[in-house]
This record gives sequence, C-alpha cells and structure tokens, in this order.
Amino acid sequence: METVLFILFGAIAVCGAIMVVTRKSPMASALYLILTLFAVAALFVLRQAHFLAAIQVIVYAGAVVVLFVFVIMLINVPEDRLPVERATTTRVLGVIAAGFFVLESAVLARRYWMPKGPAAEVGTVEAVGRALFTDYLLAFEITSVLLLAAVIGAIALAKRKT
Amino acid sequence: MMTGPLFDIAVAVARIAVFFAFCFGLVVVMTWVERKGAAYIQDRRGPNRADIFGIRAWGLFHPLADALKFLFKEDFIPDNAHRLFYQMAPMFSLAPAILGIAIIPFGPDVTVMGRTIALQIADLNVGILYLFAVSGMTVYGVVLAGWASGSKYPLLGGLRSSAQMLSYEVSMGLSLLGVFMVFESVRLSQIVAGQGGLLFGVLPKWGVFVQPLGFILFLVAQYAEANRTPFDLPEGESELVAGYHTEYGSFKFSMFMMAEYLHMVVGAAVVATLFFGGWQVPYLGGAGFLFPGGFAVAVPPALVLLLRLGAFVAKVVFFAWLYVWVRWTIPRFRYDQVMRLGWKVMLPLSLLNIFATGLIMLLLKG
Repeated sequence: METVLFILFGAIAVCGAIMVVTRKSPMASALYLILTLFAVAALFVLRQAHFLAAIQVIVYAGAVVVLFVFVIMLINVPEDRLPVERATTTRVLGVIAAGFFVLESAVLARRYWMPKGPAAEVGTVEAVGRALFTDYLLAFEITSVLLLAAVIGAIALAKRKT
Repeated sequence: MMTGPLFDIAVAVARIAVFFAFCFGLVVVMTWVERKGAAYIQDRRGPNRADIFGIRAWGLFHPLADALKFLFKEDFIPDNAHRLFYQMAPMFSLAPAILGIAIIPFGPDVTVMGRTIALQIADLNVGILYLFAVSGMTVYGVVLAGWASGSKYPLLGGLRSSAQMLSYEVSMGLSLLGVFMVFESVRLSQIVAGQGGLLFGVLPKWGVFVQPLGFILFLVAQYAEANRTPFDLPEGESELVAGYHTEYGSFKFSMFMMAEYLHMVVGAAVVATLFFGGWQVPYLGGAGFLFPGGFAVAVPPALVLLLRLGAFVAKVVFFAWLYVWVRWTIPRFRYDQVMRLGWKVMLPLSLLNIFATGLIMLLLKG
C-alpha cells in the first residue's frame, strides 16, 4: 500500500515538475508547481513527517507560489507576446546539468531506493519542536537572525529613493 | 456484528457524511439568514415570496429557488477568458473550503459496541496547521478567477485579494500561537479537552478567557481571510462591480458563493473550537453538572452527549450569525486601511500577545 502510494505521488511530482519547465504559459507553470509541491508533501506524509508536509504546503504552495502568481498577474504578458528563448549557451548548460542530475539520482537510487520499515517518530510536531529547541538551537537562532537581516535588507532596498 | 476493518470504514463514512451534511445544510440556511438578517437590520422584510403549494415558511424556500435558478442559467464563458483556468477557478475556491471540515471535532468520544469513536473526521498530528495549509489554497481560486476572466475589474479584485490574504495569514497564524502555548498542543481534540477545566475555580477555561487578545486578533484575521465585510475589498461592488467573480454566472458563480459560506461555517466552527470550548458545556462533566460551590446535578450519559453536541451546534450557529451581523453593521475599509491594519496593528499586537503569554506562563510556573 505504501509503495503504491509512493510511486503514485512520486510520479505526480516528477510529471508536474516536467510540466513546470515545459509549459509556455507562466500561469500553467505556476499551477503545475503547486501540484508538484503537494505531491512532495504527500511523500513527506508517507514517511510520517507530518509537520514538514504541513509547512511545505503552507509556506511553498500557500505563500511562495502566491507571490509568483501575483507577479504573473501584475506583468500579465499575453501568451503570443512571450519572448522566445534563443540562448544556446543556457540550453547546452541545461543539458549538461540534467545529465549530472540523472547520474546522481541513479547512484542515490541504487543505494537508498526506499527506506524500509515504519518511519521513526521524528517528523511529528512535538518531535520537530523538541529537536529545534534542544539539539539544533544554535542553528535555529542563527537562521532567525539571518531572516531578520533579510527582512531589514528588503525594507532598506524598498525605501531607497533613486 | 461487524468486524474490525469494515467497522472502521463504516465509522469513517458515517462521520464524513454526518458532518458534511451538517456543514452544507448550514451553508444553505446561511444564504437565507444572510438575506433575512440584512433585511431586518435595514428595516425591510427580506425574501418571503418563494412558496411550495402556497407554503411560504418565512422565505425558507428561497435557497432552493436560488439553486434551481443557478442550475438552469446559461453556462457562459466570456470571449477574453482563458477557458481552462476560467473553469478551474471555482473548483479551486470550493475544494479547500470543503477540505477544512475534516479536522473539526464536533463532539466528545462516544462508545458504540464497545469501541471508542472520536467525533472528528481526522485527528491529525499537525492539527490546526492542516487548516492553515488548505485555507491558504483559497487564494488561488480568487486569483485565478480574477486573472482568467480576461477583464479589468476581476483582475483588480484578484490582485487585492492575494495581497490581503497573504497579509492576514501571517497575523492569523501568530494570533493562535498563544492558544498552542496555553493548551500545549496544536491538535484540536486536545485543545478542546484542555478547555474542560476551570479557571480560578469559577470561569470555564475557554480560549477566550485565557487568550482574549488572541481571540480578537484571530476573529479579525478570519474575516479578512474569508473576504467578508469589512474586508470585502476583492469584490467591493461600488468600485469593482463584483470583483473577481464579475464575469461568472450560473453554477460557477454559485460555487464561489458556496465557498464563501462554507468558509464562514468552518471559520465559525474553528472559533468555537479554539476559543469557546468546542463541544464543552461549562461545568458539565461526564456524570453531570458540578457548579462552583459544590452544587451538583446528575445527568444521564445520553443527555450529556446530546447537551454537548447541542452546545457545539449552538456555538457554530452563533458565530456564523456573527459574520452576517458584522457584515450589515460595519462599513467597508479602504484598501490602504486594510493593509495598515494588517501590518501595523495586527502583526505587532499578535507578537505582543505571544510575548505576554510566554511571560505569564513563566511567572505562573515559577
């Protein structure tokens, strides 16, 4: 049962990701991105990482992609006037990167195909909270300082008069 | 006698069916309450003409007449619209509203045929975070409708709503942190169980008494998330015709309507659950009432269950009515006022609430 669900959501995630980069309409890409994020959240749930799944949907599908969509709406380029990509260098680099990605995934998949047995209770709200405020407290605090710096930086940039 | 897995499936299906029917039934009634409430607040009679065989029943058949009207209207797609996205938008709006129903505990555990059954469709580990996750998806329905209609007013409505919903989502999440801290859980079932005790031996330990500021902030944020007056800028009819659903007609329009009312019902249920004890009745324990001062009244278990279910329904109905009441009492904000309130008042206050809650808890535990 778990394997069936894993393959199902894995397939949805991969197909969605391919659609994100191949669709011509930016809005369609954004919607496929939501689908992919949801499928990945489902994979997290399969490994008992409930907290991660909820945060994935809240932060990425619920906030980050909304900002993408917001920008797409604001710019609102008609589909027949979208710029045609001609950058050959980018494509060549893209193909090389894709090759590396496939190789790496093959190596990883051979070693860790799928975790065996029931997942440990590390992904629940309680477990994640405890880990964050005990073992990883320093990393947690440093991250929050980093985010604060980013917030201040964003405000400083937005307020600058040119 | 049913066996294990079959019994579980039957229970799951029954729970979903009952609570789903309750929520949608309330949605239908709410469309009537909204129009009737508006009428009485504005000193009118309101809808009272629809009848079946001459029986008018205070206009209660109007929701039925509305539904039939929506079903038989022409299903129209504007020329400028992106056909696929235009048709997807109402579904994006309604689906998250329906998903939200799943985590509301609508009654205490009951024992049927020797098994304990929780009266909640899914008691998730992430609890209320699930609700944030699915309700965060509603914005796509609005945004997509605004964008795909291929018309100016819906686009403006969609833009307004995406900014508004993102802004108030932050305060909504932060305003609940105090509740999580006090009841030490994000699980709705445990938050409700935690509200069964007494505060200073007199007051029921309801969220509203331990988190008064959190309650006000959450209520306001919820009205903004549901796009209800005074936050209905995305569809402000005096400026934007009807905002994001201007170009929608027939059943697609009614899906937006259903989504809005379902949000009200689920929102009312969440407020009742987090801040007003959910199905808890003050001073009522498993064996009967025990009032402060030692005065006790024995109540049979079946009646206790009924009282608790009734209390939940009454609380939900009251908060659903509050949406209507507020809508026809308070005028709409200006857009810059909405943004200023969200970022410069709600956000600092919710942070203050977290800090104060932490401080008080620290002092009390000593």
